[in-house]
Amino acid sequence: MSDVFDRAPDDRVQVLDESGDLVGEPPDLSDAELRDLYRHMRLARHFDERAVSLQRQGRMGTYPPLAGQEAAQVGSAAALEPRDWIAPSYREHATVHVHGLDLAEILLYWMGHGAGGWSTDANVLPPAVPIATQIPHTTGLALAAKRRDDDAVACAYFGDGATSEGDFHEGLNVAGVFDVPAVFVCNNNGWAISVPRERQTASETLAGKAAAYGIDGVQVDGMDPLATYRVTRAAVEKARAPGDRPRPTLIEAVQYRFGAHTTADDPTVYRDESEVDEWRKRDPITRLERYLRETGRLDDDGVVEVDAAVRDQVSTAIDRAERTARPDPDGMFDDVYADPTPALRAQRSHLHSLRDRHGDSAFLKD
Amino acid sequence: MSTDTDTQNLTLVQAVRDGLRTEMQRDEDVIVLGEDVGKNGGVFRATEGLYEEFGDERVIDTPLAESGIVGTSIGMAAYGLRPVPEIQFMGFIYPAFDQIVSHAARLRTRTRGRFTCPMVVRAPYGGGIRAPEHHSESKEAFFVHEPGLKVVIPSTPADTKGLLASAIRDPDPVVFLEPKLIYRAFREDVPAGDHTVPLGEAAVRREGSDVSVYTWGAMTRPTTEAAENLAAEGIECEVIDLRTLSPLDRETIVDSFEKTGRAAVVHEAPRTGGLGGEITAILQEEALLYQEAPVERITGFDTPVPLYALEDYYLPSPTRIEEGIREVVDFP
Repeated sequence: MSDVFDRAPDDRVQVLDESGDLVGEPPDLSDAELRDLYRHMRLARHFDERAVSLQRQGRMGTYPPLAGQEAAQVGSAAALEPRDWIAPSYREHATVHVHGLDLAEILLYWMGHGAGGWSTDANVLPPAVPIATQIPHTTGLALAAKRRDDDAVACAYFGDGATSEGDFHEGLNVAGVFDVPAVFVCNNNGWAISVPRERQTASETLAGKAAAYGIDGVQVDGMDPLATYRVTRAAVEKARAPGDRPRPTLIEAVQYRFGAHTTADDPTVYRDESEVDEWRKRDPITRLERYLRETGRLDDDGVVEVDAAVRDQVSTAIDRAERTARPDPDGMFDDVYADPTPALRAQRSHLHSLRDRHGDSAFLKD
Repeated sequence: MSTDTDTQNLTLVQAVRDGLRTEMQRDEDVIVLGEDVGKNGGVFRATEGLYEEFGDERVIDTPLAESGIVGTSIGMAAYGLRPVPEIQFMGFIYPAFDQIVSHAARLRTRTRGRFTCPMVVRAPYGGGIRAPEHHSESKEAFFVHEPGLKVVIPSTPADTKGLLASAIRDPDPVVFLEPKLIYRAFREDVPAGDHTVPLGEAAVRREGSDVSVYTWGAMTRPTTEAAENLAAEGIECEVIDLRTLSPLDRETIVDSFEKTGRAAVVHEAPRTGGLGGEITAILQEEALLYQEAPVERITGFDTPVPLYALEDYYLPSPTRIEEGIREVVDFP
């Protein structure tokens, strides 16, 4: 564990190099677990391609793609236990799925269904669309887990842009002061829409910001699934049993957003395609696949099997999401409070009577 | 209103850009700053080309920090510049709320006029574009409630340019909310070059003698559509686009009501604590004896803005607006 934390903020942890060769200590994972990492990353990539395509076809609203970020999303989530908590941003589709969220629920959110979250029993907060707001929530979750002596760890996910927000500072500061069992995973994908990482902060690394809060900060190759797993696992174990180190950890997972910020964004306006090509050479999926093949853990048949399985899983999820009827407008008035106020009851019945008299077609534009 | 003779045919978002550009050419103290406003030209392209024309010292791509953007602007304004910070969506303005209400709004008062805050905070607001969560908010009432701020919401391209120019030249802080639903909905002729529309003056969009309908921003279009439909039934609505929500144009509001004796307010913000209540109070205070029916509020519901599958139910539609206006006209 100490080799993960006793290092300079820019001493990036790597297990697999860009060609998939082992260059660091591999994490303690069985062959089945390693293949599962690979399957989840393939699933994430395929889900992402289909989601972008659904948006292009008008079958889904604006969607934030994750391609390029599979290793950090899957590798770190795999290091958590179901009792642990996740407070994600809006791009962590793979992370929340690994932690138990159904793929169809993720699609339904981007299809404009639901009340702003997901229907799930997993310990996952709704996605935070305002930037960095989930970071203090994570501190609070961790503080509560500590108070209840629950042995649960809370894990926040956010981007490089989020480190500029006040909530980043406030959340990490409180986490440090109260020494809470929290892990803060910064998915540094290089770009906050059009603003590159080097214009986000003059700080040399994001991991280095941990020093200001008296907590550990580690930079990891975010396109190396074994490294992100290993570092997150070490941070989670430290959070559970701290010893003489602070419990909270800030992990800066250095990676790259292959696609647009969202389907409403056009990255060709602000970045060079050559930069994207450069990062594509470090594709996390290719890297893990090569490692698994080289070490005899995966062969052609295995790849074909995974390919078929992820296609099937994603199309089943899309079918389920698309077969889901438009939510009942009455539901808008539910759960605003534990007990609807008189005003809400009146507004619900008003809308009801309007629909009775005019029909839903008088309201719906499509 | 001052205008040159030449015009350009622009959408509302192009008029934002033209207004910024004209004011930046006119006054080198005008500085645009915000997230993605520079090289990217803004996520709605409202600042497209300004970075290339004015450079990175006057069109500043900031780090992702709303409180930082507005707080920095307050400092620049106190020093004498005219910053125009952009908040990417109104739903993301809240980290800057403290800076706007605790500092921008009060700097003049607290220093007895020694320091002022001639700043315009621009933000697209409102629903109807099938956007993700937190991208459809319409919370103008928060800012109208704050003494020291002016609040402006245009509904046409020409007004957008003219009101933005007036806001930038205004000596006090202005929250300038742009109806993104109609950013590209239609074009109209907009005066080229110097063009201002005074703050604090409402516009009568349609004259009518039966009922006064007060609205603003993106709701002006469905309200006008409802008014045309009702005209076919013989109900003549006077549609008033308030344009400036703080300070309200009490004179135009009251003059119309003295003529019609009946009123409805249409806004997409939630009903409770919305501007509909304030307008009703003005009518009570100044024209009670003209009143012939309860004032009807046709508004968003008192719920969070739903995700987009239900937003068409949430936003006042022509059907809902017509129903509401009929209630007023049919009373008792």
